[in-house]
Amino acid sequence: MKVNESLAKSFGLNAEEWQKVVGIMGRTPSLTELGIFSVMWSEHCSYKSSRIWLKELPTKAPWVIHGPGENAGVIDIGDGLAAIFKMESHNHPSFIEPYQGAATGVGGILRDVFTMGARPIANLNALRFGDPSLPVTKRVVDGVVRGIGGYGNCVGVPTVGGEVNFHPAYNGNPLVNAMTVGIARKDKIFLSAAAGVGNPVVYVGSKTGRDGIHGATMASTEFDASSEEKRPTVQVGDPFTEKLLIEACLELMQTDAIVAIQDMGAAGLTSSSVEMAGKGGVGIELNLDNVPQRETGMTAYEMMLSESQERMLLVLKPERSEMARAIIEKWDLDYAIIGHITDTGHIVVKHKGVVEADIPLDPLAEAAPLYRRPVAETPKPAPLGKVESDVPLLAALEKLIGSPDLCSRRWIYDQYDSTVGGQTVKRPAQADAAIVRLEGSKRALAMTADCTPRYCVADPETGGAQAVAETWRNITATGAKPLAITDNMNFGNPEKPEIMGQFASAIKGMAAACIALDYPVVSGNVSLYNETEGRPILPTPAIGGVGVLEDAAQAVGYAAQPGLTLVVVGETHGELGRSLYLREICGREDGPPPTMDLAAERRNGDFVRAQIITGKVAACHDVADGGLLVAVAEMALAGDCGVDLTAGGDAKYWFGEDQARYVMAVQDAPTLLAAAAAAGIPATQIGSCIIGNKLTLSMAGAISLPQLRDAHERFFPAWFA
Amino acid sequence: MKAAILLFPGINRERDMVLAVRQSFGQEPAVIWHKETELPAGTDLVILPGGFSFGDYLRCGAMAAQSPIMRAVKAHAARGGYVLGVCNGFQILTEAGILPGALLRNASLRFLSMDTMLRVARADTVFTSHWQKGAEFRAPMAHGDGNYTADEETLNRLEGENLVAFRYADFNRNGSARAIAGIFSPNLRVLGLMPHPENLVDPLMGGTDGKPLFDALAAA
Repeated sequence: MKVNESLAKSFGLNAEEWQKVVGIMGRTPSLTELGIFSVMWSEHCSYKSSRIWLKELPTKAPWVIHGPGENAGVIDIGDGLAAIFKMESHNHPSFIEPYQGAATGVGGILRDVFTMGARPIANLNALRFGDPSLPVTKRVVDGVVRGIGGYGNCVGVPTVGGEVNFHPAYNGNPLVNAMTVGIARKDKIFLSAAAGVGNPVVYVGSKTGRDGIHGATMASTEFDASSEEKRPTVQVGDPFTEKLLIEACLELMQTDAIVAIQDMGAAGLTSSSVEMAGKGGVGIELNLDNVPQRETGMTAYEMMLSESQERMLLVLKPERSEMARAIIEKWDLDYAIIGHITDTGHIVVKHKGVVEADIPLDPLAEAAPLYRRPVAETPKPAPLGKVESDVPLLAALEKLIGSPDLCSRRWIYDQYDSTVGGQTVKRPAQADAAIVRLEGSKRALAMTADCTPRYCVADPETGGAQAVAETWRNITATGAKPLAITDNMNFGNPEKPEIMGQFASAIKGMAAACIALDYPVVSGNVSLYNETEGRPILPTPAIGGVGVLEDAAQAVGYAAQPGLTLVVVGETHGELGRSLYLREICGREDGPPPTMDLAAERRNGDFVRAQIITGKVAACHDVADGGLLVAVAEMALAGDCGVDLTAGGDAKYWFGEDQARYVMAVQDAPTLLAAAAAAGIPATQIGSCIIGNKLTLSMAGAISLPQLRDAHERFFPAWFA
Repeated sequence: MKAAILLFPGINRERDMVLAVRQSFGQEPAVIWHKETELPAGTDLVILPGGFSFGDYLRCGAMAAQSPIMRAVKAHAARGGYVLGVCNGFQILTEAGILPGALLRNASLRFLSMDTMLRVARADTVFTSHWQKGAEFRAPMAHGDGNYTADEETLNRLEGENLVAFRYADFNRNGSARAIAGIFSPNLRVLGLMPHPENLVDPLMGGTDGKPLFDALAAA
């Protein structure tokens, strides 16, 4: 293979970037060097289109220990403990090979978290699929769900939450965003900056094969008809080895052997070695002869670019390396010293006695391309205008609650082990956020993943703010205090101004919400080029939120129980723009998304949380997709409890998706209403929970719970029957 | 009752089991690595927890059944010692020949994670003495291969000798022969079952339905 501009182009580098490479090297680079430059400068690794915008996000708070820049974000959650978490996409591989794409997505995000010293305690995911009437969608859903389960169940980390949307915009580009949350002692956090000239660089985990070569580059281009041919660049996951790797690393972390540690994720050995040495301001020399290899005859280029899974790179104290070997080998994992730290500021890669690469690290990082790409703002949507429908309210409810975006996710979460670990307090569909207790502490974490792409496409700024606020609201509705988020920015081709405009506006909205809610971003991931044959996905800034409960026993779910009174907190104006009612009942996807009033969001949420902590709230549910009547119906179904709604209202009232609202179920409504009035919080009594099996709507009749449940539970089992 | 929990590579519910044992027994169980060849002196109860030993890449439990520690477990069982195998632990016990039958892929060919109801077939064993005969209790299940099977003769013998421990009471989701969820050895000192009583031993886990198993063992 002759190294020239044309080869660089096929590796994803443009002419200007190629010239920069030649300038830095002062000569034509070797094939291995070109490979290293191309992956480090790929969109996936360099964030070259997104970096200038990501800087706008607030990342600091007194409880933030490590913000973006490490393998995952770290926050202080009290009792000397830290929560370590991140969400990451595996979109492109999941389209090409759904099972392995999703499985290795879970594996990769787990490694980002345990590499910092955390035991993973929860997995979540945010999934978007295409039109459910297409056979390909069914195949992708099945593969992705099996892949997430296959990996997560085997490693023994409970999958406790997530979200799923369907929209034709994801037909050729499903999104698989996986989130892991782990727990560590806050004085035992492990970082990736290498140090100590002469210290050994140690390779731990699975052997290196030819799988996944140039995966990061694949994630940095659009799809076309030839994408199926890229199947060989999708890696294969081995959750058993991952489980061993988790236990081996956590055992090794109990010692003082580790100077620095990083997983080999995208761009494998290249990115881990370059980033570790770069962050530490040192050099690194690798001897690839010592890399454990699964196949014979691998070249330096292939080894440096392989994305074989379940591998870690460590810098150890030399006097501890034999003890470390004993721990790693106890777990039957490969352990190999493949290099050492130098003071040259270069990465030097040797193979069979030949220097295959010698690149100065500073220019590789500092000269990495950074683009302020042209931005075209999304035009503000036209006003909604009159909404007409002759569908009766309860018929609309039945249809909505059975629609793919609102129906029960039981078929999915029944394939995920949600109880392993013995700490799950609220499982899927029991509360607005998953609740997992911390071993040896009364505390628990509340976790959720949310985004409403149909709002984002109409108004990315409002949609970005809404995604952040919805996670905050879901955590609040359990009684937990929301602390921080991770973001997974899924967008189309950034070279198109309208896409870059969506990105910039979403960031603006997210930043405003983060500031208003005291809810910083501590980690994240960007996935661009989510387009197939020029058609982009809906802008999807998926947000993963984490909050803390001082006492796990304070957590509330959303199941209604007889004898309780239902009170809505927050104002209802009846905003139907971009609502599911509008789409599913009226066949329209227009108008502006619901207004975000971040001050009201904060006020209402702080009030709700304080009420839950008093112990007087039996159940609480945020009002989101589908509006108020859907929220109440979900509470009735969760508790198998009749509901008598006395408030009167039209479709706008019952199905509007006005933000910053919660339904609370309490014994003593007058006291709650008085507290709300005293705090200046809008609150209205709307009905009561009764013994019975009907949901009754004043002036509009009743629907039986079995009928409602049948509608709610039907979609997935029927689809996969 | 002195308990030892076996740890094979890929097992992932050992921490859950430690919690349940610690709570009911009031003492810390030993956790024994599979490459050991002996159980701690004085071990009364050996527990094989759930997970994916060796990834379950061969038949579930087949590799673990060949681990060094299993010779000691067989000797322990032969001496009349107590053994509890849950989920992958049950699969390992069948692969080791300590209990009869085998666990096949679930009839749906999908992993199943949900609560199930179990009926207690007999209450006169060291494992079940804190339940009434015929009692029903809730237990989470989480497995891809829980479809109990054995030849007709073995199934008839298990039923004839009253060695079925638990049956699925609400819905036999995994397709097990005769809705069998767990079985005893002929001396009633070895119990294998698929669902996870250890995951319901605390109100914050969603209930205490599984606690009687551990309380009964603690009292034995």
